[in-house]
Formats: sequence, C-alpha cells, structure tokens
Amino acid sequence: MSNNKEFVKFAKVDKSYDGKILVVKDLNLDIAEGEFITMLGPSGSGKTTCLMMLAGFETPTNGEIYLDGNPISNIPPHKRGIGMVFQNYALFPHMTVYENLAFPLRVRKISKDEIDKKVDKALSMVSLAGYESRMPGQLSGGQQQRVAVARALVFDPAVVLMDEPLGALDKNLRESMQYEIKHIHESIGVTVVYVTHDQGEALTMSNRIAVFNDGKVQQLSSPDQLYESPVNSFVAKFIGENNTFKGEVLDVSKDKCKVKLDTGGEIFANPISVNSKGEKTTVSLRPERALINPDEKMDNNHKGKIEEVIYHGDHTRVRLNLLGNNEFILKVPNSSANLDIKLGNEINIGWNSADARALDPK
Amino acid sequence: MTSETNKILTTDGIPLEESLKKAERKNKIKAFLLVCPLLLFLIITYVFPIGEMFTRSIDDKMITNMLPNTFKSMESWDGQDMPEEEVFKSFYIDFKTLVEKKEHGKLGQRLNKEKNGFTTILKKLFRQIQRNKIDENGSFKEQITSLHKRFNNVEYWRAIKRTAPPYTMAKYLKGMDLFIDENGSIAQVEEDRRIHRILWLRTLEIAFFVTVFCFLMGYPIAHLLATLPMKYSNLLMICVLLPFWTSLLVRTASWMILLQQQGIVNDFFVMIGLVSDDNRPEMMYNKVGTYVAMTQILLPFMVLPLYSVMKTISPSLMRAGKSLGGTPFVAFWKVYFPLTIPGIGAGCLLVFILAIGYYITPALVGGASGTLISNQIAYHMKTTLDWSFASAMGLMLLTGVLVVYWIYNKLVGVDNIKLG
Repeated sequence: MSNNKEFVKFAKVDKSYDGKILVVKDLNLDIAEGEFITMLGPSGSGKTTCLMMLAGFETPTNGEIYLDGNPISNIPPHKRGIGMVFQNYALFPHMTVYENLAFPLRVRKISKDEIDKKVDKALSMVSLAGYESRMPGQLSGGQQQRVAVARALVFDPAVVLMDEPLGALDKNLRESMQYEIKHIHESIGVTVVYVTHDQGEALTMSNRIAVFNDGKVQQLSSPDQLYESPVNSFVAKFIGENNTFKGEVLDVSKDKCKVKLDTGGEIFANPISVNSKGEKTTVSLRPERALINPDEKMDNNHKGKIEEVIYHGDHTRVRLNLLGNNEFILKVPNSSANLDIKLGNEINIGWNSADARALDPK
Repeated sequence: MTSETNKILTTDGIPLEESLKKAERKNKIKAFLLVCPLLLFLIITYVFPIGEMFTRSIDDKMITNMLPNTFKSMESWDGQDMPEEEVFKSFYIDFKTLVEKKEHGKLGQRLNKEKNGFTTILKKLFRQIQRNKIDENGSFKEQITSLHKRFNNVEYWRAIKRTAPPYTMAKYLKGMDLFIDENGSIAQVEEDRRIHRILWLRTLEIAFFVTVFCFLMGYPIAHLLATLPMKYSNLLMICVLLPFWTSLLVRTASWMILLQQQGIVNDFFVMIGLVSDDNRPEMMYNKVGTYVAMTQILLPFMVLPLYSVMKTISPSLMRAGKSLGGTPFVAFWKVYFPLTIPGIGAGCLLVFILAIGYYITPALVGGASGTLISNQIAYHMKTTLDWSFASAMGLMLLTGVLVVYWIYNKLVGVDNIKLG
C-alpha cells in the first residue's frame, strides 16, 4: 500500500441543505491512499451526504475537500475520476453488461482493443466473464452488484465510493459479497470509501471506520478498537451489543472509579470520560465480558435472577435482573457446563472493572 | 405436450387438465360477464358505426333499385355500339315507374354526377311522358333518340351501365381527387379542382409539426415535473392539467382573443416596438393560428406519458453516468434520453393521431389555409349532406391512422409504449 496519508482530505467541511440545519458539522477526515474506510451511522447521520460531496453531487457549504492534495470543490463530478457504486446499482438498463462497462472507457476515448481488454479483465475480476451480452435485467441481484463494482473499477479510478451497495441483497449473498469486495480491494489496492448502516459489514471489511451521528464523526478507528474501546456511549450502543448502567460517580482514581447506580447498588468501572466525583455516567459492558460463576477473582461480583432464556443454537441469550437492571444480557456458550441456566434461577455474575467503561451519561 | 403429462390424474382420479378446466370455468364465465357490458358498448358505439360508415361509403344501391329492368337488359349489351330496342324499352318502363313515384328527379341528380347533361334530357323525356306523347306500341329507340341528340350518344348509355353495380369506389377516388372517366379508367380531376389532396397533405404536415412542437415543448416540462421537489412539481402539474379542466371551445376562443390582429399578443408586439401599429402580423385564420392553438391544446397528451416514464428513471442513473466520466450532455444523451423513448413514442403517437383528426380548433382559428381534412368531412356531413363521401373520407382517415400505428410498431414496437 502506498503511503499518502492524506490522499482524501475533508477539511472543516460543513453542509446544510436549508440554511437552518447542519447535516454535516465541522468534518475533518483524512483517508490514506489504498485504505478501505467505512462511514458508518444511522440514517440521517450525514454519512451519505459526505460521500455525495466527495463524488461531486453536492457542494460543501463551508470548508474544502482535497483529492491527492488538490481542492476539488469546483471540479464537476465527471472530471473527478472517482468511481462510484450506487445503492441500487444504477446499471444502465438499456445497455448490455459490456456496454455498461465500456461506458466510462468510451467517454474517455480509449481504443476499442483497449476497451475489450479492460472489460474482460474487470469482468473476470468479479467472476462474470461470459456475461458481456446480457442485459442487467437478466441478471440476479448479486450479479448486478458485481457488474456495478466492475463498472466502478474498470477505468482505474483513484478512489471508489460505495453507497450501501449491499443493502438490497439477502443475508447470505451479502456476506459473500462482503468478502468478495474486500478481496478485490486487497488485490488492486484502490482507495475505497464505503457507506453503510450495517455494523457487521463495516467491521468485516474496513481498515478504519468512521462512526457518524448527528453530522459528526463520533469515533474514527480500526474495527477492533471501535468494538473494544468505544469512546462514548453512542458508539458503544451502536456497535455490537451492550449492557448499560446509569449512575453517579462516587469516587474516581486513575484507572478505576466507583459508580452508584440509579437503581441501587455500586459497581467498579474504567473511567473513560469521567473526571470527577458527582458526575453522571453511563457504564457500558459487553455481554461476553461478564462471566457466570467466575473462577478468578473479579472486582465486580453480583447475583442476578434469570428472567428469560432464548435459545440461539450455538449460544444462549440470557436476560437477567442484575442490580435492578432487568435488561442485562448474557451470552452463554452452548456447552454442558452451563446446564443450570433455567428460568428463575439465581446465578453469580462477575466482570473486571477494566471492561466496564464509564462513558458520558447520554 | 407429451403423453405422460396427459396422464396426470388428480387424487380423485379425474384427469388433471379436465379438473383444472372445471375449476377455471366458473371464473371464466364470471370474467366474461364482467366485460360483457363493455363489449356490447364497444360493438354498439364502435364496430357497428364503422361498419355502417363503410357500407354507406361504397353504397350505390339507390340507382340499382331505380332502374332494375334497364340494368337487366343491359347485361347483354357490350357497350360498343348503341344499345338495342330492348334496353330503350326497359329504360322507358323504369323511368315511367319513377315518374309515377315522383322520384325521377333523384335519378337525374345521380346520373348527372356520372356524366353532365343528364338532367336536361331526362326532363325532356319526363315532359313527353307527362303529355302522353310516347307511343307505347312504337319503337322506343326511335322515339327516345329523337328527343335529344344526347340520347343518341352512346357515351350516355355507357354512363348508365357504369352505375349498374350496387357498390362503387367513386367516393374514395373523389377523396383523392380521382374519378372514373368515360372509358372506365381512373383519372385525375382538373388541376384547379384538386382540393382534397392538398388537404390531406396539409393535415399530415400540420399533425407532424404539431407533434414536433409538442415534443420540443413537452420534453423539458415533463423532465422538470419528474425531477422537481414535490411541492413545486404539484403546482406545475396543475398548470399542465389546467387546460384539461377548461372546455375546448373556451380555450380556442381565448386563443382567438390572443391572436387576432387587434389582440393581446399583437398589442404587446406593438408596445415593445417589435412591429409597427399599421403592420400587425396575421396570426389567426391561417396556419400559424392552427399551429399555436393545437400545440397548446395537445401539449398535455405529450407531457403526461413522458412524465410517467421519466418518473420511473432513477436519478442515480444520471449520477452514475456523470461519475463514470460522462459530461452532463453525454450522460443525458446516452443514458437518460434512450430510457425516455417509450414515453416519446407514446406521446408522439397520441398527439399525432389526435392532431390528424382535429376539427374544432382548426375550424375556428384555421381560416382557409389552416383547415384540415376533418373540416372537409364535417362540411360534407352538415352542408352538402353527402354522407357517403364524408364516410369514405372518415374511413380513409382511420386507415391513415392505422398505417401510422403500423409504421410506429415496425420502427419502435408497440410493446415499448408506456402510458404510466
């Protein structure tokens, strides 16, 4: 991978459609060359707007976007040389697969032989060689998707944008396409900016993820960091599953704090965004970090009553009432050691304070 | 179908096909009963009148019924020399019957259309019969030929023989400025009487250009309608549909107010100094008036099919075209435009077919140079009362429309039409 760390750069970008509400607020984002970056967030969080600004279909209200060091706000979309895969593929329905792929090459006045070569190469990359003369309407959703990817890549763009490209596919196909896109990215090393609201997709595919909410990037980090160490309660809630306790800080030291819960009881947590006594906080704990009848000594150890057991095949989800929180979720692996998981039983739950992150109160 | 599939039985042992038919029969009957009123309506209001029009347009039975004996005796006449006594006798008998029924005038009119000069000589014969001057025991041939020299002219007898068949194509030929001459071959009418061919060509020309103008004006409007945000597009849609809610006559009348020489448009031109006051252009009672009014009136028929097709074209297609490197024009021309062709086809066909048979507007604003073939049809319906000629032209118009439809089907394909 090349090393231009600021291949795409959003500098202080604001965007408003109506002059009243900012859909994107003070966006600063650097994307390295060859990186696969995902913009993840709920709908209306501004992620698609960012993509459209990069593609040139929207103009920033303030700030500037740079591509390879050059400001691009005044360059029309067709001169940016950015490939794009649209939500519903946007294949030209009146053209064959070949003509669809040849379109970006023909407008660039590339010779016929060269076009044939490039189309062949792009189609075999998405394993659709031999489909040249089909019409898009004769292809399945997954095949159309692959044609769209091939078309966005066939003219060797520096950056490829993907706007929820897998949204219309069924679950299995979506998963296999995720790997396929990831492999294509790895083999040709193009910079990819990917937009999705599906966290699973984001975690599987990306080098880095930018979590959007309310027009702002909440956190920008690698998938594992995002999951293991969310910096605020929005990210913690949005990525993966999460047990939360609301409360007030009683005591805080360098790597440990004591929180008095609103529902009664006290727990120890890892102070991430709390600094002083008396602050409100939300403590976030991943379900898989809480253990049943822990062997080793853990600094949080409480009894909980089983309220609901849901069988999931490889694991069982258990909902407990713990310290007054009756939404406490536990994921129990399906092994013979856990046979006493029955409705109404009381069990011992323990976790390390380092895994319980005391975040902002929201 | 293979024999094996024929053998499939239901669980009760009845052949599957039979069982299926039985199950479907009830639905089929129900469906038929539901469309029955419409079918009857179509037959009564469409198939039957067209059939009636067709028979009327070729009907020539009147004279066949007037001169039954004459035509019978003429069967053996070769039409070369003067007919035999037999023919004169039967003609006299037929004519006398008509005189008694007081229908001899009609015969004169009809024969005069075939050849000029019949009225005079028949009147002569009529007077002789009235005064009982024809000796029924003498030679009819001698008596009749001595009445007028035209009775001695074989051309007149040939003309009578030509009217013998109960059907005639004469009305259709007349519609194309043709007629059957004395020798029975098709010939053109004199040059200064060839009005129909000019009208047909003018009708096609006006329909064609109205379609072109509607397309040029309708395409951007439809595009705006399809792409504007809802609140603006609704308003625009109302503007497009507003003419539909106004009577055709009112709209045409308002065009008259606008376009006449002392009208608003001319006043405006004078005001901004485009033309001088004593040199106001004529925009009405000529082709200009017909073009302007018809384009405005037919515009919605172009906009609506275009709009419904454009509405289904995803805006991301244009974006895709641009992001792939096409200039806005290339993206439009290569991506958007081809996708609107079904709408263009539907709109153009609709406007052209409506325009080709347009009547009220050209009648009111067209003047002499802006009227169409439909006005001629109406003229014969109302003024000359030559309904068979009107029917013939109506059918020719219908045939023309079907030909246009056929050509369209060959070029674009009717399956490609989309009205929404």
